[in-house]
Amino acid sequence: MSDVIFTNEMDEEMTLNMGPHHPSTHGVLRFIIQSDGEIIRKAVPDVGYLHRSIEKIGERCTYPGYMPYTDRVDYVAAMFANECWATACEKLMGIEVPKRAQYLRVISCELNRIASHMIAIGAMAMDIGATTPFMWALREREYINDFIEELCGARLTYNYHRIGGVSFDMPKGWADKVKTWVDKFVPLMEEFDRLITYNEIYIQRLANVAIITGKEAKDWGLVGPNLRGSGVKWDLRKDDGYSVYSDFEFAVPVGKGQFGAVGDCWDRFYVRSEECKESGKILQQALAKIDEHPEDDLVGKLPKKIKPEGEAYSRVESARGDMGCYVIGKGAEEPYRCRFRTGSFTAMGIIEAKSPGLFLADLVALIASFDVVAPEIDR
Amino acid sequence: MSSNLNLMAPPKGWDAKYSDDGGSVLSTNTDQVINWMLNWGRANSVWYMLFGLACCAIELMQTGGPRGDLERFGAAPRPSPRSSDLFIIAGTLTYKMGLRVKRLYDQMAEPRFVISMGSCSNCGGLFQYAYSVCKGVDQIIPVDIYVPGCPPRPEALLEGLLKIQDKIKNEKYLQKRYGVG
Amino acid sequence: MTPDAIFKLLQEKFGTETVFDFHGDPARDKDPWFQIAPWEIENVCEHLRSEKSLDFDYLECITGVDYPDDKRIVVVYHLYSYGKKHRVVLKAYLEREDPAMPTLVNVWSTANWQERECFDLLGVLFEGHPDLRRLLLPDDWEGHPLRKDYEEKEDYHGIPTIRPNPIELFKITLPSKEASKEAAKEPAKA
Repeated sequence: MSDVIFTNEMDEEMTLNMGPHHPSTHGVLRFIIQSDGEIIRKAVPDVGYLHRSIEKIGERCTYPGYMPYTDRVDYVAAMFANECWATACEKLMGIEVPKRAQYLRVISCELNRIASHMIAIGAMAMDIGATTPFMWALREREYINDFIEELCGARLTYNYHRIGGVSFDMPKGWADKVKTWVDKFVPLMEEFDRLITYNEIYIQRLANVAIITGKEAKDWGLVGPNLRGSGVKWDLRKDDGYSVYSDFEFAVPVGKGQFGAVGDCWDRFYVRSEECKESGKILQQALAKIDEHPEDDLVGKLPKKIKPEGEAYSRVESARGDMGCYVIGKGAEEPYRCRFRTGSFTAMGIIEAKSPGLFLADLVALIASFDVVAPEIDR
Repeated sequence: MSSNLNLMAPPKGWDAKYSDDGGSVLSTNTDQVINWMLNWGRANSVWYMLFGLACCAIELMQTGGPRGDLERFGAAPRPSPRSSDLFIIAGTLTYKMGLRVKRLYDQMAEPRFVISMGSCSNCGGLFQYAYSVCKGVDQIIPVDIYVPGCPPRPEALLEGLLKIQDKIKNEKYLQKRYGVG
Repeated sequence: MTPDAIFKLLQEKFGTETVFDFHGDPARDKDPWFQIAPWEIENVCEHLRSEKSLDFDYLECITGVDYPDDKRIVVVYHLYSYGKKHRVVLKAYLEREDPAMPTLVNVWSTANWQERECFDLLGVLFEGHPDLRRLLLPDDWEGHPLRKDYEEKEDYHGIPTIRPNPIELFKITLPSKEASKEAAKEPAKA
């Protein structure tokens, strides 16, 4: 769309305000759009409507006591923020996590990744105008919510990971239930592909819209599926090998530009739907292997008083990409400073640069394809 | 899940009696009947504004999704405040958003109802020590029903909706509006 | 490349006055870091990005930290290279009274929003930034909340910022600790 030419005759610009209340599923965002009819000249995002001062609150909580707040950093995929905070503290204090706890972390995180991508692809389809895929996605998400509820007692804000491990072991029979569901889920994703991913109308609507090249994506700090959608094959789980991800075989899907240029909106959607299948594969392998490790080994050796000194930065591959947590301790019970680096925040930054020349309706597709979540932007 | 949903009992003053002579004269208390009918209609078509703020918005979505299915109680989502009766404040309200919420509420037409969903909008919840979070939506707009939880389960929100329906069913709209009866 | 090798390389290139103070104590500094003179940071970062053997193409995170005791504000940069798979942490020490330093927008575009956030919450002025406005907080907000001495106002546009504690407000007497312990024991006895 970038080859639309602005002429002097088209000088009837108008300023349009989109949000913060708008019927979309990405939380409270606002765009101030300068548009020429349907064509955007500039869209300036205005964020901060969900700025909850989580970083400041961290300075008055104890290290373990901050865990529930990290859930609220990214409520759609809260498990990753949990893990990120836990790994940051473990790195700071040099704690080793038992194998079984790491397996439980992987299982819970991958379940959560599927749940989060379900919201992402369902909501994207709904933003484009298809309601049915959203209902399909929510139906599968409800199963995952049930599993996670059995595991940790909460549906959305889990507070499951602990510094040094996890809080509970799997209930009896849980692994079999999840296995049965995963066996059903992977074929269902193929059905989902037939319904929406390779749907002719859907492809026509999204291919070649808002193309982001790999170089731009790196420059703007896009991470996770957004980066891979632009054709950069980089996954923290594979390339950095944290936790026990090196034990599993899985592919890293990247955007190939099957129906347009590499890095268009369809590619980002495609990467997410492929990642769901890969997460399913990881789940199957992890559930098969977890019983090799003893059951009572859930939390590593912690010091009696958690008063670390120094600083550490840890990263996990969350559903929205590279999530980082930077923590500075000064020998007190509370951290001196904690900071979360999130994928949605940097993804929002690129919108202002990418918007000129887009159609109004394509802006919605662009936002949806980034899978931004308001609390991750604002924290 | 409380009481009877669609077929509530008619008000006490309304005893439909046929007169003894076998005629077909129905003696009723007219304004009560109209009130009952109005309330019956309104209670079963509570249209809520599609408005999510934070974590609770996901649970709100799930409530509208396949398992919760809000629509079976006649509650359909509306994108505009002008055509909705119910305002569900789902999530943490920041000061920056608080001014917008007030404006949205002012745009809604009477009769309007407000559900405050989740601890954050009830009282600030977890974010008591946050510098940017409003400690309770009732400091900005009046609230009818508080749903506790962080976030509340879809069932809890359904219960909240039923409570709103109960509230509507006991209203005397005509008296309030025109001073009749 | 390890961080201390990068440190030595930079020191050779820019001199000890620009690149100094390496910290790599494995007990304390899990990610080794070193200081950069704030006014030289754009040159150093441009070199880090464009030099082929370094190739830092990803600015992960910009963090501002307030140290009122030392009268400092420290801006921390976490960099990563997708190609070489190595990391480095840079720190710039600024005066707390007048924190200002050049922007990195021309080096990495992602610095745009991260610097705006740092300005919003800590009041660091990034000179040369194209659009240095508040990002997360409303435009009429006073103060920079991530500073340690930030004090909350009593109200914002008429909305009070404190909710009275209901236990004190309604004079509710809570059961004492012993009573609640006994209450917890009773079902076990039965």
